[in-house]
Amino acid sequence: MIELTINGTRHRLDGDPAEPLLYILRNELGLHAAKFGCGLGQCGSCTVLVDGKAVQSCITPLAALAGRAVTTVEGLGTAAAPGVVQQAFIDEQAAQCGYCIPGMIARAEALLRADSRPTEASMRSAMRPSLCRCGTHMRILRAVRRAAMAMGGGIVDPTEPAS
Amino acid sequence: MSGIARRDLLRGGGLVVLFALAGSSVGQEGGTTGGGEGAGAPPEVAPGLPGSLAEFPHLDAWIRIAPDGAATVFTGKAELGQGIGTALLQIAADELDLSLECVSLVTADTGRTPNEGITSGSQSLQNSGTAIAHAAANVRYLLAERAAWRFGVAVETLSTANGVVLASDGRRATYGELAASLSLHVEARPQVVRKRIGVRHHIGRDRPRRDIPPKLTGAAAYAHDMTMPGMLHARVIRGPADGTLLTAPDFDAIARLPGVERLVRTGDFAAMLGPREWPLVQAMLTVGRMPWKRSGAPLPGGDLRDAIRALPAEPDVILERNAAAPVAVRHITARYDRPYLMHGAIGPSCAVALWQDGMMTVWTHSQGVYPLRAALAELLDLPLERVRCIHREGAGCYGHNGADDVAADAALAARAVPGRAVKLMWTREQEHGWEPLGPAMVAELSAGLDADGQIAEWTHAVWSNTHSTRPSRAGDLLAGLEVGRGFAPSPPRAIPQPNGGGDRNAIPLYTLPRVTITSLFVPQMPVRVSALRGLGAHMNVFAIESMIDELAAAAGSDPVAFRLRHLSDPRAIAVIRTLADRFGWARQPSERWRGQGLGFARYKNSGAYCAVAIDLRIEPETGATTVLRAEAAVDAGETVSPNGLRNQIEGGIVQSLSWTAHEEVRFDAARRTAFDWSSYPMIRFDAVPYRMAVHVIDRPSLPFLGAGEASQGPAAAAFANAVTRAIGQRLRSMPLSAERIRRAIAAD
Amino acid sequence: MALAVAAALLVFTVWAREPAIAAIERPDPARFDRRQVASGAALARIGNCASCHTVSGGRVYAGGTPIRTPFGTIHGSNITPDPETGIGTWSYEAFARSMREGVGRDGSHLYPAFPYDRLRHTGEADLRALYAFLMTRDAVRAEPPANTLVPPLGWRPVLAGWKLLALPRRAPQAPQPQLGKLWERGRYLGEGLAHCGSCHSPRGILQQELRDRAYAGGWSDGWYAPPLDATSPAVRAWTTQRLYAYFRTGLSTAHAAAAGPMGPVTHNLARTPGGDVRALAAYYAWTMRDAPAARAEPALPDRAALAARRHPAGAALFRGACAACHEPGAAMMAAGRPDLRLGSPLHEDNPRDTVQIILQGLEPPVEPNGPYMPGYADTLTDAQIAAITAYMRARWGSGPDWGDIEQAVADARDGSSK
Ligand code: FES
Ligand code: FES
Repeated sequence: MIELTINGTRHRLDGDPAEPLLYILRNELGLHAAKFGCGLGQCGSCTVLVDGKAVQSCITPLAALAGRAVTTVEGLGTAAAPGVVQQAFIDEQAAQCGYCIPGMIARAEALLRADSRPTEASMRSAMRPSLCRCGTHMRILRAVRRAAMAMGGGIVDPTEPAS
Repeated sequence: MSGIARRDLLRGGGLVVLFALAGSSVGQEGGTTGGGEGAGAPPEVAPGLPGSLAEFPHLDAWIRIAPDGAATVFTGKAELGQGIGTALLQIAADELDLSLECVSLVTADTGRTPNEGITSGSQSLQNSGTAIAHAAANVRYLLAERAAWRFGVAVETLSTANGVVLASDGRRATYGELAASLSLHVEARPQVVRKRIGVRHHIGRDRPRRDIPPKLTGAAAYAHDMTMPGMLHARVIRGPADGTLLTAPDFDAIARLPGVERLVRTGDFAAMLGPREWPLVQAMLTVGRMPWKRSGAPLPGGDLRDAIRALPAEPDVILERNAAAPVAVRHITARYDRPYLMHGAIGPSCAVALWQDGMMTVWTHSQGVYPLRAALAELLDLPLERVRCIHREGAGCYGHNGADDVAADAALAARAVPGRAVKLMWTREQEHGWEPLGPAMVAELSAGLDADGQIAEWTHAVWSNTHSTRPSRAGDLLAGLEVGRGFAPSPPRAIPQPNGGGDRNAIPLYTLPRVTITSLFVPQMPVRVSALRGLGAHMNVFAIESMIDELAAAAGSDPVAFRLRHLSDPRAIAVIRTLADRFGWARQPSERWRGQGLGFARYKNSGAYCAVAIDLRIEPETGATTVLRAEAAVDAGETVSPNGLRNQIEGGIVQSLSWTAHEEVRFDAARRTAFDWSSYPMIRFDAVPYRMAVHVIDRPSLPFLGAGEASQGPAAAAFANAVTRAIGQRLRSMPLSAERIRRAIAAD
Repeated sequence: MALAVAAALLVFTVWAREPAIAAIERPDPARFDRRQVASGAALARIGNCASCHTVSGGRVYAGGTPIRTPFGTIHGSNITPDPETGIGTWSYEAFARSMREGVGRDGSHLYPAFPYDRLRHTGEADLRALYAFLMTRDAVRAEPPANTLVPPLGWRPVLAGWKLLALPRRAPQAPQPQLGKLWERGRYLGEGLAHCGSCHSPRGILQQELRDRAYAGGWSDGWYAPPLDATSPAVRAWTTQRLYAYFRTGLSTAHAAAAGPMGPVTHNLARTPGGDVRALAAYYAWTMRDAPAARAEPALPDRAALAARRHPAGAALFRGACAACHEPGAAMMAAGRPDLRLGSPLHEDNPRDTVQIILQGLEPPVEPNGPYMPGYADTLTDAQIAAITAYMRARWGSGPDWGDIEQAVADARDGSSK
């Protein structure tokens, strides 16, 4: 029996302690935002927040979560009342197929919680574990910048890379 | 609505007066086969009608109006992440004169929507958008005619606004009540014209995509998210990669694994089913330990590009012109090539199937629900009407990936458990190992300049396998070959011009007096391949636009000026001029290891015009590239959604940079060696451009042109040309990777 | 008293002073022989110079890289020929003196993080080639950040004292002509420019390399650099061929992928002419000739059930977090990437490398399509990583249980050595 908090709700889950959080979220709890992309920790589609940090739920066994707080993208807002980062993604229309985007939002949320004034380079390196095959990267980065502004921060050096 | 006074409507500008019939409509190309891919498209029955109306002329195939006045629009095209779900609604709402909220869309479903073949070739707006625009205009006209009859006035005196037909004396009738007394099962009339540009509310304006907020907040949006009562999860059991076979699968061992409720086997096809997903994920490790062998023909050794070049080919001269021109005094000959590429959907292929009451229903992210239905019917030995394929979104596919194959896998699995839905998803490793690849290609070009530095002659020969093995028969599906019923793949075909497959975009838009373009179709496929976004255009535009730069350099001419000198199409010229202006082509910094490059094409020579410019910097010690800026100019005819168009172009550029600079499928003696994102890496955030801008040239009076595949070729060429400027040498073989660039510099 | 100290300090400072060597105009790059430059390029890779003189994402050789030492952080200098911020005004003599004596052109002493204790064994012709190579790079204007060292180490004359006490007198491994040319080339490069011993040897309290225990295992950037001598923990012999493959591809199918600070080393060696790499391989195969694996390569047990009984929590965590790639049957292993039991980390006498790989993951060392592993620093707690580590050690490792692994995780997180 493992007790953990998901989006503020206490859950007691039994079953295989090895089962990665992703399958629990999607199949048991009906939380579909986190997606299966690889199951190998390589693509970031399954990213959620655990204690405020970006974590790939496909390689996070339930046993690792006892007493920890999980936030999924569902916990950040709803279609009617989106969270700050979600709203930034909507404002930038930052999606093509959208499959990778919940993972991107979770990762951006973790980044901005830790630092709402990242540099361009630190933003890119924070987002690096997440892949997008549609090539929505430019918009995703714009959305992260917009969210940073909305959170009272911003990107320190918004244009040119270090030479 | 009823409370709104006419003058409010007038003030709000929401009122559309003027109904008129024209002599003939602005016709567009028909054809629903998605740029020549696929088979089994329906015949044209009303060739005079635009877009897919030519095949499905009845209005109720496209639009229905409910008693409350809400409209439902039907399209045979699928939302693939390109945003057509919203774009088609914009078109329909505008032409019907309804608010966006009153219109909903039903996409590709063999049970409900017209058969528009495959959603590919950037044809959705061209075909479906055009059909819906004209159907909607027809419906609005029909409703007005009915109101005119009721009011006893001439139709020309009426106007519409927000779902109401208004007479000049203030009388009104809602669409709902009018539609109730009228059948839409009538053919569209070609004379009905669309709304004047000035009174369009939605087309050409940015409307937020309707699918985005739910996708961003966890709504079940994809086939992968579907659940049904009693649903079983499933995984398919096969060798590690295309062309392999498990030699002695121990099915008893698998059947005994915890959580495996059912093992389904037909011939060599096998799948395991269970109520929960995680035990199946673990069971796949047992499958992974089973011995396998190569079952396909042995792979030719070495670089498979050379093998494609060497295999027997069927030459087809697709353009030959021999106009009088000065003799060439300077020749350049070069070979360009690209490796096999992967579609690499970010979510592995997935389908849900339900076998119930003698009916097989499959929810699939296939790009072609109708052709898939035909293939499944043959595979399952069912009449067509007993198979229904319903499109559900998947992760972006960019062509023919595993979507169809997994649909067959799911259907076979579901057949064994009547009444229970089965969700079968491929593993990441299966997606990487089994998806049909984008073909490797070789192009050999030679060109000659006359004494004035003008191109006098040009030859282009391109070798390629087919660019579509999309299923229309059971043997085209992986499972079809496994069930042991003698199904064989359809013989590979070249896709003929004007769309072209390997020779797509092999014909330059430039003025070339003496020219020979040869398409060398290679029927023999060492590796299973199929349509990848843009088909041959990525490679051919890369080759042509590289060669143009080589010629410009030889002529001592600026690449932009050189292109403009060889173009006569005003839209092509406008696209390049706009880009050069906005990019600041003439004022580029000239720094060591920095370079700018440009690439241009009109997709398929009939779609959108697109030019891309790239400014980049190279780290000479490592060859690493930093793309400082990428800009594009695009003319996609009438723009439905400028933001959606920009999104497509931006995505195409980033994806093309990944293909062009980072990607290559490799092989060992037995199989492809790519099995995940580490063995087949793609671009990550640290390598995407620092800035990007897309400049849209709207042509509201001209037909819609698809743009989903417009930027890949130009972006590849712009990158290559910029690298050349930065390092002073040309790389002609993709990927233009950091290591290749480094080696080129080191050998300098 | 204060006077005496001041006097001593004065004497010391005067004694410690080295003369500046006159600044020169940056030599014309075209003046250098192309072959000499090419040979310098290869030598620079063997020396792994870029690793310490390049900041991630920045211009190569332009410096700025933070290097964490027990005494604080220093930053790799700019070694491009920029006259103001790099070495553009350095004559060959100044360059050679820095490589041999650890003294900058202006006479200041250089920190021994710059491994001149090893580089000094580089021959004249090779030093000239390196100089030619560096002086023909792009001049990049870049001032590295200031060092943050504990006092009094910010005061460079102290380093003269360090050199007096710690700089080895003896030459490393003497030539042995009977072992052949390849061995000799490997010895020359390995003991000198490649400075493998800088990481793979233990250090004394002055951070000096303990030459009498050369290659007995050391520390680098918070990672353990395993022994390259008869105590090598490898369970498969490091033959010349395997070492060569490892150096060239970052992966030995009989061992593991290069991780941590070894990644860049293989990245560079993969881009170096094969002859020198083979020489290095031959030499280190020789230094490990008496290691246990050189004598026998026993079958390696998979004690899965036993390990799961002893470490049930670790077993469950492994199954959910690691098995998708590392359990037999995983595609990654079927594709020829090595089994965890083959790598040295689970056979080392401390858990640091195992822990570091779990925390930081792995970037492809040589080619982009190489081994990649996500880091688990944010996913797992110290206790969880310790549980997985203990389970893996019990399942595939050798040697006694590791002690306080949780502490080892905490240490690894803050980057300390040992
Ligand atoms: S699905 Fe978890 S990282 Fe790819
Ligand atoms: S939007 Fe499709 S994968 Fe990112």
